[in-house]
Amino acid sequence: MSNETTLTVVEKKRKSLPIIIDQKRNAYLWESNRELKLKYMLSVEKIKRFFEGLAENKLLATKCEKCNELYFPPQSFCSKCLSNNMKWVELSKEGEIVTFTKIYVKPTSFSHYADYTIGIIRLKEGINVLAWISEKNVNKLKVGMKGRIEIVNREPENYLTYEIIPIEN
Amino acid sequence: MDRKVGIIGVGSSRFGIRNDVNFSELAFESFKQALDDSGIEAKDIEYYVVSNVGIWSSEELPAITLGESLNLVGKGSLRVEAACASGSAGVKTAYEMVKSGNADVVLVLGIEKMNESQTPNVVELIGRAGNYFWEFENFGLTFPGYYALYATAYMNEYQAKEEDLCKVAVKNHYYGARNPNAHFQKEVTIEDCMNSKYVAWPLKLLDSSPITDGSASIIVASEDYIRKNGIKEPVWIKSIGYSTDTSNLSKRSNFLSLRSTVEAAEIAYKKANLNKDEITKKIDVAEVHDCFTIAEILAYEDLGLFPRGEGIKALKDKQTYIGGKIPVNLSGGLKAKGHPIGATGVSMMVELTKQLKYKAEKQRQADIKNGIALAHNVGGTGHYAYVTILSLN
Ligand SMILES: [Zn+2]
Repeated sequence: MSNETTLTVVEKKRKSLPIIIDQKRNAYLWESNRELKLKYMLSVEKIKRFFEGLAENKLLATKCEKCNELYFPPQSFCSKCLSNNMKWVELSKEGEIVTFTKIYVKPTSFSHYADYTIGIIRLKEGINVLAWISEKNVNKLKVGMKGRIEIVNREPENYLTYEIIPIEN
Repeated sequence: MDRKVGIIGVGSSRFGIRNDVNFSELAFESFKQALDDSGIEAKDIEYYVVSNVGIWSSEELPAITLGESLNLVGKGSLRVEAACASGSAGVKTAYEMVKSGNADVVLVLGIEKMNESQTPNVVELIGRAGNYFWEFENFGLTFPGYYALYATAYMNEYQAKEEDLCKVAVKNHYYGARNPNAHFQKEVTIEDCMNSKYVAWPLKLLDSSPITDGSASIIVASEDYIRKNGIKEPVWIKSIGYSTDTSNLSKRSNFLSLRSTVEAAEIAYKKANLNKDEITKKIDVAEVHDCFTIAEILAYEDLGLFPRGEGIKALKDKQTYIGGKIPVNLSGGLKAKGHPIGATGVSMMVELTKQLKYKAEKQRQADIKNGIALAHNVGGTGHYAYVTILSLN
């Protein structure tokens, strides 16, 4: 109680304490003055061919020259046989939608987009790709429906990525 | 050396939006209870494990912060992180230390103060708990989004409806309303759940566990120590099973089951000499990882409590209420009790210890026949799984 009085007095005199009151719980909160902006720099040197592929309208995966294991997302070494002798292969971009969702409550860094649908498509090669779906109405989507991958531009950032386009039967 | 390990003291803070306490004060609530419950003193603790994910809260060295405030300075410690399974991973760490003879008394304190950050940022940080580059950076998956991918596939495979998933929320809120430590102590109806807003279709707000602050503590000790000090009614950790799954959800072969749960259960059952086919006959009560309603249904089937595709029917028939085939989440589960990430697994041990000793509130106390309980704790979206078997004998 004495604490509370002190705080109020100090606040009045200096108007400088970063304190806000949680009215619901009647609790004092110190709002930190130290804000940090986080942005990662991710190394993509060894899979840069993938991004060049997008510019050529291709969805590329890697394949182990030694044991034939296929990797999407592409990786520069084989997790199975530990070889780093990999080759780039082009994926068919055709398959079947395995599952999907629509994100309504978005992360802070995605809050500037309209609600978006995400799906997983199983390509002919037997490999899954997760991406946004062009169709935003979930009622028009069905598990098992055919779909294809298209290389698209992500706006407003204006960068190349890939998307799932459902195909109605 | 291979020794028996018993839980000799348990404690839990009140769960909820705990703006009224700081990190240490939140820990203090469960720590004091666990110490009082055990009858030992802080000086008797040889090592303490802190389960905490912590990316949303300010203390970067949580174990050290708590060491100072709980008078544990000088003892060995570490922080354990296995996403939402951090609590069980912490219990595993303490269990191995005691079992192997490296320590006699170890504290596990699970804690999370998630509301130090603003909700959209917490949504973002949990959403990153998958594969950052291929699933978050470009596609903005969220934690409910990941589980929604499982829900969609499950509903399609077994013709389940959104109403069916809501039955998990109704049950867990029913018991949460009877747990004075729960974040939500309020019952909800199917209609409430169906009318709540979508967070990630087909999952709605009431399909989801809340963003919770809380702490839970347990003290584990060796059989020698327990006998020598005349400690009564320990609850023995019979076995702990564990597994992991891929970072990218796209690498999973199906979305109807969490492989890591199946494997963790197999290990736990084998080590405890339990047969999966008759598991519901052996276990009196279970706490399973219901971060979302669909997760509880997957857990029923992955743990072998009910056959594949019959989780929905089990709910319809109230088989997981008290009096049913196997009561599940009588604490209110993550759904209603709340899910302070690092505290959750430890909190499951607290709850099951109380259940086994008939110390839960009367209206949510299971009948204890065999004296065996099961805790199932998942990290991320099946990225980690732990299954722990507790027993009175
Ligand atoms: Zn290989």
